[in-house]
Amino acid sequence: MSSLGPGSEVDGFRLGEMIHAGSMAFIYRLTGPQGPLPLVMKIPRLGPGERAVNVIGFEVCRMVLGALGEGPHHPTLVAYGDVETTPYLVMAFVEGVRLNEWIRRAPIAPEEIARLGAAFALALHELHRKDVVHLDLKPTNVIYRASGEAVLIDFGLAHHSHFPDLLAEELRVPVGNWQYMSPEQVLGVRCDPRSDIYALGGILYELATGRIPFGHPRTIAELRKRLYRDPVPPRAIVSETPEWLQEIILRCLEVDARERYASADRVAFDLANPTRVELTERGSRRRRAGWGTLARRWLQARSFEPAPCPPPSTQKNPAPMVVVGIVTRPIDEELCEALLAAARAVVASDAHCRIACVTVVPSAATLSGVGDEPTATFRHIRRLVELRKWARPLDLPEERLTYHVLESEKPAAALIDYARMNDAELMLIGAPRPGGGPRLLGGICAQIVAEAPCSVTVVRPKAGV
Amino acid sequence: MKLALFADIHSNLEAITACLNHATALGAERFAFLGDLVGYGADPVAVLDLIQQYAADGAVVVLGNHDEAALGRATEALNPNAQTAIDWTQAQLGDRQRAFLAGLPLTIRDDNLLFVHASAVAPEQWIYVTGPTEAEQSIRAAGAGIVFCGHVHEQSLYYVGAGGRPMPFRPVSGTPIPTDKHRKWLAIVGSAGQPRDRSNAACYALADLERARLTFFRVPYDYRAAAQKIRSAGLPERLARRLERGA
Repeated sequence: MSSLGPGSEVDGFRLGEMIHAGSMAFIYRLTGPQGPLPLVMKIPRLGPGERAVNVIGFEVCRMVLGALGEGPHHPTLVAYGDVETTPYLVMAFVEGVRLNEWIRRAPIAPEEIARLGAAFALALHELHRKDVVHLDLKPTNVIYRASGEAVLIDFGLAHHSHFPDLLAEELRVPVGNWQYMSPEQVLGVRCDPRSDIYALGGILYELATGRIPFGHPRTIAELRKRLYRDPVPPRAIVSETPEWLQEIILRCLEVDARERYASADRVAFDLANPTRVELTERGSRRRRAGWGTLARRWLQARSFEPAPCPPPSTQKNPAPMVVVGIVTRPIDEELCEALLAAARAVVASDAHCRIACVTVVPSAATLSGVGDEPTATFRHIRRLVELRKWARPLDLPEERLTYHVLESEKPAAALIDYARMNDAELMLIGAPRPGGGPRLLGGICAQIVAEAPCSVTVVRPKAGV
Repeated sequence: MKLALFADIHSNLEAITACLNHATALGAERFAFLGDLVGYGADPVAVLDLIQQYAADGAVVVLGNHDEAALGRATEALNPNAQTAIDWTQAQLGDRQRAFLAGLPLTIRDDNLLFVHASAVAPEQWIYVTGPTEAEQSIRAAGAGIVFCGHVHEQSLYYVGAGGRPMPFRPVSGTPIPTDKHRKWLAIVGSAGQPRDRSNAACYALADLERARLTFFRVPYDYRAAAQKIRSAGLPERLARRLERGA
C-alpha cells in the first residue's frame, strides 16, 4: 500500500490529502471533481514488517462501525473493500478539533475540562449503551464538532459484545494505547466498558496537570505498575485543581473497575454539576500512598483478579431518569397538580426510576439591573423551594429525587439538553392551556416534543369539571 | 444464496416446523439437517417424512448418534431416558423411514463447507465439541472454511484468529456475524428440538453464503404441544419437562 498517495485511485475512490498516519492505518480525505468530499478512506498498513493486528483492526472496525450504523458520536461507515484484496473503509469525514489540541495547552481551566470531559463522557455512554467498548481512547481519537459534541473515532481495537472478539487471543503484548490503558486491559480483559472510563480519567488527568498519570511505559513490567501504584494526585501538581475535579479523575482511575463510576453518564453528570460531586478522601488527597500501603498493594496486585465484565446490553436503564419540566410563570396550580398526578403514575409503575424536577430561569446576567427584582441567587433559591414543595407529595427517598434550576434564555433547549445529558427515559411537561394561559408554553412544548432525545408526555389538566 | 441449518431436531415437529417457517420467511433456499433427527421426541415419523421431502429437493442431511441408535446400530449405550425414547422410536419407524436413515452419510463436503453431526475428527465416535481443543481438532480434520455441526445443544461459534487457536463465542440471536473467508470457522447451530440453555426457544442458524454472514436465531414455538405429545406417548416425563424448561 506504500505506493498509494494523493491522486491514487482505490476502487473508484480518488485519494486526496493524507490527514493521519497512525501506527495501524493511513487516513486520506477523498476528493471528487469539485474538490474534497465529506468522506475519508482508512487504509490499513499492510505488507512486510507490518503487524497482523493491523488487518484484524480493519475487520473489527468494519464490524463495529457497520453494527453502529449512523449516530452523532461515531463516524458513519459508507463503504468498504474486501479484506483479502483491497482492504479499506470509507467513512464520513468528521469536521472538528481533536482533543490533543487542548492537551497541548494543558493544564487548562477546570471549567473547560468539565465541558470537554462531559461531552466526551456522553459520547462514550452512547457507545456503551450499544454494547461497544472502545478500548483505544486517546486524545487523537476524540474530535469535537463546532457544536461541542464529541465524536469518537478509530474502532480498530473495539469490542462489541454481539460479535466474536477477533482480538481476544493470547496476545502476548496488550494491544492499545499503553498510556491510558486500564489495569484489566493490561491483563487481557476486553469486555468492560469501565476500561473506557479509566482511559477517560487518564485523559482528564492530563488535561488538568499536563502530565500522563503513569508516564510512558515501555515494558510490560512498567505497564503493570498501575495495578498497585496510584498516580500523583492532580492537586499535588496543579494546586488550583478543584477537589471535585480531582475526585472525578481519581475515581475514574481506580484500579478495581467496581470502584470507578459504573457508567459514563454518571461521569458526565458529575462534570456538568461540580457542586453535586460527592467528595471523599480522593478529592483532597495531596500525596500518593505511602510505602506501607504500596507494599501491600504490590502483593495484592500479584494475584489481582479483574472485576467480571458487566452483562452486555443494559437495554433497560436499571434506574431510569424521568425529567419533570415545570416552566410556567406564574405558577399554574392546576397544571402542577396534573404533572404531579402523572409523576405519581410513573413512580407507581417503576420502583427504581429517579425523578428530576427541573425548571428554567433566565440567566443571572440578564437579571442584573432589573429594577426591584430580587437578586439572582435569591430567585434561584426561591425556585428550588417551589420545586421541593411541588415534589413533596411524591414522598420519594432523597436519592430518587433531585431538583435543578437551569439558567437559560431558551427553556425548551435547556430542558432538551438536560434530558440528553442525563440520558432521561421520559420527560413530563405541561401542555399549553387552550384559550389563554401562558402562550409561551405552546412553543416550548412543541420544540421539546420535536427534539427531545426521549419519550415526552404532555400533561394537561382535565377540562371544565 | 441463504442456507438454513438445523441440528438435534429430536422428533420435535413443532420446533422444526417453526424454524423452517422462520428461515423460509427470511429467504432460505437451501437447507441442511445436521443429524439427530429422531430421539427424545414423539414425532419421529412426521419429522423424518418432512426432512426426506427436503432431502429429495437437495437438502443436506447427515446422520447423528440417535439416528444410528434408532437403526439399532449404536455401539455405545445412551442414557436411560434417551434409550427408552429410542426403543419407542424403533417401534414407530416403518421401512421407508429406516431406509432413509440408513442411507445418511456421516459427513457431507460441499466446496468450502463441511457438514457433520459431531466432530469432523472420527465423526462416527460422536465427540462433543465443547471447547477450543475439540474445535481446533475438528476444524483441522475438516479442512474446510466453515464446519457446521450440532451434537452439543447450545449455539456457539468458534473462530480462528491470528493466534491459531479457535476462540469460542456465544452468539446473540438475530445479529449477522461476518464470517470472512480468510478465517476458519466452526458453527454449532444449536438444538432445534431440545434446547438446553434455560430457554425453550428452538435454535437454528442461517448462512448467507454470498455475503459471508452467519446469523444464529432463537425461534419460539409451541413447546407445550410437543411436551404434551411426549406425555401422551408414554415417554419419560423428564423429556416433556425438558422442552418446557429448556433445561
